[in-house]
Amino acid sequence: MKAAVIVFPGSNCDEDCRWALQHVCGVPTEMVWFRHRVPDDVDLIVLPGGFSYGDYLRAGALARFAPAMESVREAAEKGRLVLGICNGFQILVEAHLLPGVLLRNTCLQFLCKDVFLKTVRRDTPFTLGVPEVVRMPIAHGMGNYYIDTDGLKALQDNGQIVFQYCDHAGRVTAESNPNGSLDNIAGIVNRAGNVLGMMPHPERAAEDALGCHDGRYLLESAIRYLIKG
Amino acid sequence: MQEIAITPELVAQHGLTPEEYQSVLDILGREPTLTELGIFSVMWSEHCSYKCSKRTLKCFPTRGPNVLVGPGENAGVIDLGHNLAVCFKIESHNHPSAIEPYNGAATGVGGILRDIFTMGARPIAMLNPLRFGRITDPHMQWLVGGVIAGIADYGNCVGVPTVAGDIYFQDCYEQNILVNVMCVGLMRKDQLMLARAQGPGNLVVYYGSPTGRDGIHGATFASKEDPHSQQRSAVQVGDPFMGKKIIEATLELIASGAAVGIQDMGAAGLTCSSCEMASRAGTGVEIDLDRVPQRADGMNAYEIMLSESQERMLAVIPREKIDTAREILERWEVGCHILGEVKNDGLLRVKHRGRVVAEIPAVKIADQSPQYSPEARRPAYLDTIPAAPVPYPAPPDWGDALLRLLRCPTIASKRWVYSQYDHMVQTATVVRPGDGDAAVLRVKDTPMHLAVTVDGNSTMCWLDPETGGKMVVAEGARNVVMVGAEPLGLTDCLNFGNPNKPEVFWTFDKCVRGMAEACRVLGTPVTGGNVSFYNESKGLAVFPTPIVGVVGKIEPPLRILTPGWKNAGDRIFLVGGHEQHLGGSIFAQLWQPQQTARAGYYDEREPGPVIGPCPLLDLELERALQQFLLEANRRGLINAAHDLSEGGLAVALAECCIKSGREKMDPESGRRSAVEYLGANIEVPKVKCLASWLFSEAPSRALAACDPAKTAELAALANDFHVPLVALGEVSDTARMTLGKVMDLPVAELLRAHETLPF
Repeated sequence: MKAAVIVFPGSNCDEDCRWALQHVCGVPTEMVWFRHRVPDDVDLIVLPGGFSYGDYLRAGALARFAPAMESVREAAEKGRLVLGICNGFQILVEAHLLPGVLLRNTCLQFLCKDVFLKTVRRDTPFTLGVPEVVRMPIAHGMGNYYIDTDGLKALQDNGQIVFQYCDHAGRVTAESNPNGSLDNIAGIVNRAGNVLGMMPHPERAAEDALGCHDGRYLLESAIRYLIKG
Repeated sequence: MQEIAITPELVAQHGLTPEEYQSVLDILGREPTLTELGIFSVMWSEHCSYKCSKRTLKCFPTRGPNVLVGPGENAGVIDLGHNLAVCFKIESHNHPSAIEPYNGAATGVGGILRDIFTMGARPIAMLNPLRFGRITDPHMQWLVGGVIAGIADYGNCVGVPTVAGDIYFQDCYEQNILVNVMCVGLMRKDQLMLARAQGPGNLVVYYGSPTGRDGIHGATFASKEDPHSQQRSAVQVGDPFMGKKIIEATLELIASGAAVGIQDMGAAGLTCSSCEMASRAGTGVEIDLDRVPQRADGMNAYEIMLSESQERMLAVIPREKIDTAREILERWEVGCHILGEVKNDGLLRVKHRGRVVAEIPAVKIADQSPQYSPEARRPAYLDTIPAAPVPYPAPPDWGDALLRLLRCPTIASKRWVYSQYDHMVQTATVVRPGDGDAAVLRVKDTPMHLAVTVDGNSTMCWLDPETGGKMVVAEGARNVVMVGAEPLGLTDCLNFGNPNKPEVFWTFDKCVRGMAEACRVLGTPVTGGNVSFYNESKGLAVFPTPIVGVVGKIEPPLRILTPGWKNAGDRIFLVGGHEQHLGGSIFAQLWQPQQTARAGYYDEREPGPVIGPCPLLDLELERALQQFLLEANRRGLINAAHDLSEGGLAVALAECCIKSGREKMDPESGRRSAVEYLGANIEVPKVKCLASWLFSEAPSRALAACDPAKTAELAALANDFHVPLVALGEVSDTARMTLGKVMDLPVAELLRAHETLPF
């Protein structure tokens, strides 16, 4: 299998994602410049974190028009795996590959810290074998997930909520919600289950040297899913 | 040439003395044009020329076996082995931040980043020493919020982790806050790039943001007292998105081999970058300002040359490589504008609208600025500082005293600050801010780690500039040793008042001499730095505030150490010097029964006056302590280590308890327990002054926790190094900090106090 990381101008977790995929998980990973198409033989596309276009206008609002996004959309339609992390999640919602929007954190500040996540769905391609509770860092100023009432109901009914912010014991509480996200939502999938967007950074928690390897479960789930085909 | 007459008033407005203006006339052999006057004005400002400080700075040791580039270039570079080198520098952005905290701080970050990547190094860490006034003042809260947001927004956007810093709140910074910024970069040794305009015939290329009217005379502005009386137009506005693009474009340009020299346009903009590059290479540079991309209409040559618009770069590219360079720069959408070429006549020649508007020997502006030895006089205030320690009555409750110290904003957790900074991007931060005495970054694909810290206790420098200067260096070096690193080198930012006041210059001179001696004894060369004078308003200067940034290397058998206790039963030792007395301590600023009307404590957010004297520092002991700690680390004798600084022994012990927190995990579900803490059980010896024993901030002291089976080896090693070692007690599993009958506090209460928000 083969992975690709899209590099938008202003992406800054692109190299971290490549490191986690290639060095930690051993998957050949190609960096794809935003002006180019994602090659057809890529099975897993990662939209990395950062500040594409400086977050000007609105996070992800300009990157959705990048030429590479057309090939991402096609790949998503063909059922290939697409993972948007942080700014990548913001781009996916702006591109309407995932529903909802990401607003400013309710504290109105950028927030960089570890959080606990409850893995609500453990049967998506990204969460096979991911423990019920995992720890990962967040680092964002606009991670406050919002969707209208009907949209939220649809997410719940379709089982699209994959990760929720929770406490150390897995309890989804108001105190454990770092940014005001509706229903403590930290990550969602599309209906088909092959496009995941999440604010926390699995690539920052993929090695014990960084204090936690919980993020590796997620990356390896996707890899195993693809290898088994 | 322009028709504006050069009058004595105009010369004075440009900050040049009549003698300096005479030198200008001598160099040119004629009257300068207005543009030339502007060029001399900024290049001979203190900020660019170091005209008052240069002679004193010469006493710093700048050489060492691993120093690849010392002072004089954009940043210092030290060899790490493995064909890698570390590049680092600190700078001030005090004056702009006092007026416009958000943009002042943001552009400070942008500026120091450029100094690093122009050398060919990828920026891997930012550090921010900040000094503010009393935090209860609403205006100060606005400044604090703005500075932190400015640092966060720029650093976060460009993807360079902000991993360390320090913050002091002290009344002397009420009118003049200090915002220093340090950047550390990593490079392949063979990609070192110098800022030299080499090779006559080579092209001079401009890329990055267009030039506007912002920041004209920023460098002169930073060389004047009282920023508040100055125009706001001297503060620039940053664009971190362009900053990120020029980082990537520049590193790719250097890797491609297309550039022979690169410099950013920082202070004094196009003027400084063109003259300095020519001067360093012994060449000349000719540029045509009509080719400079401009974002304002009708800018004249004076404005274009002096603009300090941010995110602009100047590169020297051989003609045959211009296509390669253009492809890279245009791909990153940063523009590629050929302004002119390198000449062999040694002149900076500037053309605008078909006329030569400036023609000056580059070396005369860049390197032959006037130099002064300002008058120095010992300040009278020093006579009011008691020579002998002041006796201290015991406070009513020692535990309460400790909690007050932990709540004090200078000591309390800075989580509220660093949680706004992305400190994890680049996935290299192994010891995060707040978790160690220095931050630790892994160097991917090598067995190495780097330790980085910034330090600068100005209270001690105010009490005794020379000893205080030594202490700043000693603490910086000690902090990287505490996390397991050998100090490699140091960069300094010297923040002082008006150097033309003999009392200020005296403290500057003494501080630097003290620092230089400490650098020599501790073997840490100075590879560059920055001087910020004129931090003075309404006749009141800031405390002498030298700040150092120290970089260290951890390579096996050295191991990473952190302060948090690891195992119950480990023995706790106090290593190093004697507690001496409470002079200069924060405790002495809070507990002043003789001075406060209420006969007791000052509010921890509004501490009382500083009480002297400055403790003594024995540099030989400091060196022995650091060497001992490194050797004990190599032998695997230390499980936790923490130096004693603000708040003394009691605060250090409390921090080791607070940082011992761990959670248990159920491997199946991933669920964790609540965080569990270790405690400390300490025997309090019979001492003359318990307050000193608990809270003194005397230097050269550290805590070390050791496995009980290894204590004999540790003691023998301390003996070999002639370092005093005192057994204090042991790590307990009770989650309480117990000091005999003196205090007994649950760690949760220590933690609560330590996490108190300042406002």
